[in-house]
Amino acid sequence: MKFKTIESRDGQPNATSSRSTRFLGLCLALGVPILVLFAFVFSPKDDTMDDAVRLLYVHVPVAIFSYIAFGVTAMGSIFYLWKQSRWWDTTAHASAEIGVIFCGLTLVTGSIWGRPTWNTWWEWGDVRLVTTLVMFLMFIGYLALRQVPATPHVRAKRAAIVGIVGTINIPIVNRSVEWWENSTLHQQSSLTDGNLEDLTLFTWFLGTLIFALAYVWLMIHRFRVGWLSSEHDALGYGAAIEERKAEAGIDTEAQAQASEDGGPQ
Amino acid sequence: MNDVIDLQEAVVTLGQFPALTGVTLKVSQGEIVTVCGPNGAGKSTLLRLCAGLLPLREGSAHILGEDLQKNRRIIRQDVGLLGHRSGLYDDLTVEENVAFWGQMVRAESNEINEAIKLLGLDGRLRKVLVRQLSAGQRRRTSLAGLVVQRPLLWLLDEPHAALDSDGRDLVDGLIHEAAASGATIVLASHAPKDISSPSGRFVTLAGGRVTNDINNDGSGDGVS
Amino acid sequence: MEFRDAWAIASKDLRIELRSRILTNQIAPYTLLILVLFGFALDADTQTLRDTGPGLFWVAVLLIALLAIQRAVKIEDDDAAKERMLLTPVHSSSVFLGKAIALFIQLFVLEILLFFVMLALFDLSVEDPLLICVSAVLATIGVASSGTLYGVIAAGVGVRETLLPILLLPVLAPIAIGATRTFGDAFGRVDADGWAWFGLLSVFAVVYTVLGMLAYGQLMEDA
Repeated sequence: MKFKTIESRDGQPNATSSRSTRFLGLCLALGVPILVLFAFVFSPKDDTMDDAVRLLYVHVPVAIFSYIAFGVTAMGSIFYLWKQSRWWDTTAHASAEIGVIFCGLTLVTGSIWGRPTWNTWWEWGDVRLVTTLVMFLMFIGYLALRQVPATPHVRAKRAAIVGIVGTINIPIVNRSVEWWENSTLHQQSSLTDGNLEDLTLFTWFLGTLIFALAYVWLMIHRFRVGWLSSEHDALGYGAAIEERKAEAGIDTEAQAQASEDGGPQ
Repeated sequence: MNDVIDLQEAVVTLGQFPALTGVTLKVSQGEIVTVCGPNGAGKSTLLRLCAGLLPLREGSAHILGEDLQKNRRIIRQDVGLLGHRSGLYDDLTVEENVAFWGQMVRAESNEINEAIKLLGLDGRLRKVLVRQLSAGQRRRTSLAGLVVQRPLLWLLDEPHAALDSDGRDLVDGLIHEAAASGATIVLASHAPKDISSPSGRFVTLAGGRVTNDINNDGSGDGVS
Repeated sequence: MEFRDAWAIASKDLRIELRSRILTNQIAPYTLLILVLFGFALDADTQTLRDTGPGLFWVAVLLIALLAIQRAVKIEDDDAAKERMLLTPVHSSSVFLGKAIALFIQLFVLEILLFFVMLALFDLSVEDPLLICVSAVLATIGVASSGTLYGVIAAGVGVRETLLPILLLPVLAPIAIGATRTFGDAFGRVDADGWAWFGLLSVFAVVYTVLGMLAYGQLMEDA
């Protein structure tokens, strides 16, 4: 596969951007300040959460997209085992990396938000908190496994199995934490209450959109980096073959002589 | 299908390193072939490829009539490999090791006993832990496991290494017996002159491909 | 899959463990040491130790499990036995089952030892022995099967010792929580529905045994 749109010099790609990703990037660059404006200036305070509500415009979208990212990793893993294609492996890897960053952001923003709202940085009894933390650790392990040197296929296969098993484990973790303390501090989705201000709702949607863009934009770039790096690994293949074949050329005759001598006895 | 091994331009990479760069080799049933060449020529890789333990990067490979890329699992059951590492458990005795591997390949207990006797491991050695054995005795134990397996294709990597002259004769005897009963044998050796067994055919590897292929009767064809 | 093969592999592993005495001479004393360390860390306050006992017990079990898994992987890796196994007609799910059974038995024996030492050191009394037994069995099946699966994933890489814990421990979180709760209930220390947790432990055990049997062959291949 070639990225026709990628900028290239001498036929070699020298960047992972293309016209469409630049456009996406531009949208993001404009969108983030707008989100900040809406979150901090235009949208009102919350009755119960006060100013802390503004953090949710980041917290909720990154949480959603971290789950989506891990979902994509699981899907990529399944398709890799099925089709054995590098495309799916690279997708799974790229998505896991972004997922871990988003998941980390979710935990940090959640923690900061929890301090004024729940009066604690961390609440062990909360299902989503603990599940998210375990998921975060699981995918850190996944990324660590991907760093281990191995042939591409072996690495991809192991990572795919860890990705799938990890995802299957998430509902079990969730259930176990739920029964553990049998409580959650998380409000049942504030959206369904119906008494949200229009502007709050809009800001929330805007946040989701911005982070959707961010996910897609990062995904494309990370995928291309992954793809190019595996291309690069394969680049020396032809030369290596020739070099190895040449080893034979030097002493072919000597070898022939040796085997002739040793042959008939 | 009389070709037990049929490789066409087989390329195998170990990581980034192309260990085999296009091997074309046919071995028919009952042949005894010695693969020779200097260290790093790709001999072990060739044997491991034939055992179905390595993926083929390019070319085609048929072993025992099966496509290596599709039916590795079927091929493996009929292949016996004596590698550099012997595949033994240090904390089991000679007898327990042979019995375990015999059980894994569905051998009867009398076959296991015979193999132990055949390799000269009977008596005191029988109950000795493998970790206490000498290199040659380890080799014999590993071979006993191979004998109980009765593979159709024997792949022996430096089978004479670490063996005394009795051991070498024993191995040569085993090879001939196996070939006589219809099995095919491929040996790897870095020093073809040391091979006392009148192997039928000498294939020379260099740079990951076949550079010479000579038959015992002198009717060999040089490949380059 | 043939159970006979699985049993042959399991008894081979157990025989090796009996011979090498790593389990009795190194891992078992380590287990006791962990309990003593917990005692030091949590002060001489028996009340605290009693309340946290179930949790400490399972933390100790997970730490032991990591060692036992490393051992089980090493046995096959040391002299290329894993590769030799590929050249036999034995199905990979039998190999998985055999390795998991051996691991289960070793862990269970250690758990029994650990359990009675804990009863004595932490002054605990059992209210529901049946719950203790069945939940320990199921939790150990879960640890053994997931451990065997992740053990082979981490096998053959240079960083096995450090990779295995970060891959396996998060996965074992439900066991750590579930088994702690059931034990807590069985000791009468917490008000939890031990039998509901027992269900969760069963699900975990079944899921990982099935996954292991399915995935093990793929992983044994060219590891």
